[in-house]
Amino acid sequence: MNLLFSLIVLLILILLPIIGVSALGLNSLFAIFIPYLAFAIFFFGLIYRIINWARSPQPFKIPTTCGQQKSLSWIKHSRLESPVSTWEVYLRMFFEIFLFRSLFRNLRADFDGKRLIYGSAKWLWLGAILFHMSFLIILIRHLRFFLNPIPTFIQNISYIDSFFQLGLPPIYITDLLILAGLSFLLLRRLFDAKVNYLSHASDYFPLLLIISIVITGILMRLYVKPDLYAIKQLTYGLATFNPSLPKGKLSLLFYIHLFLVSSLAAYFPFSKLVHMVGVFFSPTRNMANDNRVKRHINPWDYPVKYTTYAEWQEKFRDVMEEAGIPIDEEWGTETLKKA
Amino acid sequence: MSKLPKPDQLLQDLDLHKTPEKHWMDIKPTFEPGKYCYAVEPQVMEDLGRPNLGKWQPTDEKWPLPEDWKDRLLKAIRDRMDRFRSFKLFMDICVRCGACADKCHFFLGTGDPKNMPVLRAELIRSIIKGEFSFFGKLFGRLAGARPLTEDVLKEWYYYFYQCTECRRCSVFCPYGIDTAEVTIIMREILHELGIAVDWAMKPVRNSHFIGNHLGLQPHTIKENIDFLLGDIAEITGLNIEVPINKKGAEVLFVTPSADFFADPGIYTFMGYVLLFHHIGLDYTISTYASEGGNFGFFNTLELAKKLHAKIYEEAKRLKVKWILGGECGHQWRIWHQYHNTWFGPFDYLEVPKSPITGTVFEHARDHKVVHICEFTADLIAHGKLKLDPSRNDHLVVTFHDSCNTSRAMGIFEEPRFILKHVCNNFVEMPENTIREKTFCCGSGSGLNTDEYMEIRMRGGFPRANAVDYVYKTYGVNTLACICAIDRATLSALMRYWVPDVAVCGVHELVGNALVMEGEKKRTTDLRYRPLKGMEEEV
Repeated sequence: MNLLFSLIVLLILILLPIIGVSALGLNSLFAIFIPYLAFAIFFFGLIYRIINWARSPQPFKIPTTCGQQKSLSWIKHSRLESPVSTWEVYLRMFFEIFLFRSLFRNLRADFDGKRLIYGSAKWLWLGAILFHMSFLIILIRHLRFFLNPIPTFIQNISYIDSFFQLGLPPIYITDLLILAGLSFLLLRRLFDAKVNYLSHASDYFPLLLIISIVITGILMRLYVKPDLYAIKQLTYGLATFNPSLPKGKLSLLFYIHLFLVSSLAAYFPFSKLVHMVGVFFSPTRNMANDNRVKRHINPWDYPVKYTTYAEWQEKFRDVMEEAGIPIDEEWGTETLKKA
Repeated sequence: MSKLPKPDQLLQDLDLHKTPEKHWMDIKPTFEPGKYCYAVEPQVMEDLGRPNLGKWQPTDEKWPLPEDWKDRLLKAIRDRMDRFRSFKLFMDICVRCGACADKCHFFLGTGDPKNMPVLRAELIRSIIKGEFSFFGKLFGRLAGARPLTEDVLKEWYYYFYQCTECRRCSVFCPYGIDTAEVTIIMREILHELGIAVDWAMKPVRNSHFIGNHLGLQPHTIKENIDFLLGDIAEITGLNIEVPINKKGAEVLFVTPSADFFADPGIYTFMGYVLLFHHIGLDYTISTYASEGGNFGFFNTLELAKKLHAKIYEEAKRLKVKWILGGECGHQWRIWHQYHNTWFGPFDYLEVPKSPITGTVFEHARDHKVVHICEFTADLIAHGKLKLDPSRNDHLVVTFHDSCNTSRAMGIFEEPRFILKHVCNNFVEMPENTIREKTFCCGSGSGLNTDEYMEIRMRGGFPRANAVDYVYKTYGVNTLACICAIDRATLSALMRYWVPDVAVCGVHELVGNALVMEGEKKRTTDLRYRPLKGMEEEV
């Protein structure tokens, strides 16, 4: 059901530019207006989300400590898992965000007869890192459509990415890797009973959407050779806020690719995909385990009424005297007077 | 109370890879004996000036909810999202990757998919989408959204009191989503209607009005201590005194009240007393601030703050220099991660310095509280303790890392360092069940009540199973820990799963090993069990 619904939505998203461009001739709408709108939604949507998170304070310092604290001088503390200095926190965040360190810890619990055993389970980490890293490199590669002249490092990345020279034009390694990663994540969601059970349609949809974007991209490169000059004319125009429809013909596949990318961009800020930005805010990871060294202020902290010593002593005066526990007249009367 | 199935029957139908036919939103919670906690008695809530639902039980077909219950809950949810970035963020960024799914001890012991941390959080996430989000309302279940109903409320009561706030899932989550934080806040939200668990609330009342969870009055504490001192005298031949409410002492020592009173915490307390006497520490305990633990934390953060405020008034009154905290799990979560924010700055205290070794505890220089294991490890490292580890030779010891001190503090090496110096037979449990990956006792966060025994034994199963492994492989007979709740709940857990293993605090073993000046020849440990080679003499 979840998968079916996602597929239907995806199909509609593919049909829209087909109808719009080839039947209705709304070329500018799909080449210029919608991409602009989508990226405006992406940009301002993310800013809205960031401001929204930032508006709520983090009242307590609650890092998850996954390693030895810094305490006695002769005990080595875990700089990554129990960071104290800002630098150590940055390091921890770097490993989380770029290498998915926590996911790397993943285990799989199973019964071996009556014994619970925990095996290493790095497939999820591998699938995730393949997908995310390839996505990042592909994004960087795409900058060549928006920059003129093309910076050398982007040319280099493209060169390295097609290093194996498979096919002509050579296929990018990241194109294959991202498909591998995405397929794994999709198959896992479908066939792992637990993950399947907890998934919503909104978990399948982004996977299918990105897979479709990748496939349309690969098709354009390998089979349906588009007019690259025309594309660059359009994309460069978009990037320099001087958009115009190119004279050359933009293929239908390109329109589909562009529309799907626009859909992804517009969908991004209002979906779980905001984890890309949200992870930077995660208090269990971005706070230092220095609670007893540096006081953390809670902006909405308020005083609470508690049983004071004076009240308490009055209540138990008799039994205390009997048991020979010292009575503190001074503190008792002092604080009672204040109250 | 329900009949608890035999250990070999309890998990018979457990299959971690099978999921129900029905969608989880269509499965209503059922309150079966042994699997839910009793609702709070209205008098407890009234005494503390809190809202309550009158007399009711979760099993009631219709809960006596006020007319505006839904509005109040939604308002409370919005309020928490405004005040806790953690909560708001965690509701937004989960991608349901499922890495957390089999990390929860309750999932591993029940196979109930709503015990997968991700679904536990979905129980509220779905409401936030369904009630507050336009797209959530539009797409409903497809987007993981649903409206707030009475059944949802029952589900919350059931599952947010089937989470022990142990944070194991948050170790594995790629975004650090912390279900403990979600549970803490959801319990607060339930409290807005007066929905709470009796076992978790009665200690709050005791602690607020009397000073500790068990409701021990000052003279009773003294009597209990005197009783334990009598045992110490019998075992060691030493007459020791414990300073009570002593003004001008250097150190205020605060420990969970169970250590004064409940087996096996009392042996840990005897260990503390022997240690302090051994080094001649100028300390005092307090009968006013007589509780290091804090059940308020298992209900609302405001209650938690209310209970522990006493510690700092007492430190001021007694004019101590710094505070030493006993072995306890959630106590140290709160002390370490909340106290400095709630009660600081502590300019009336001094930066803690060990009067014996001269070590300045720099890592506590602002908050001025030190963990007893940090203190003792420092003493041992400086060779200030005379220890005879062979006095623990009748024991084969393993160490249970408590959830809170592990994942909300990071104290791993100190207790191990101590153990390796006070006993000769120390082995670790399998590596994926210790340190930051440690398993909860299954009864933390105020769930250590008898009526909840089946879920407790299920939730504690992963921990027990790891103990069982070292019991069978190395003959482990002692499970050491640094948590008062553990000392109580692991004892019950061991009785059920691995009956030959006893539970103790780290400082009980320290007490056994300490060679005291002027003591007589010891023939038994602090529990009157014969030492190795002394079986005849006892």
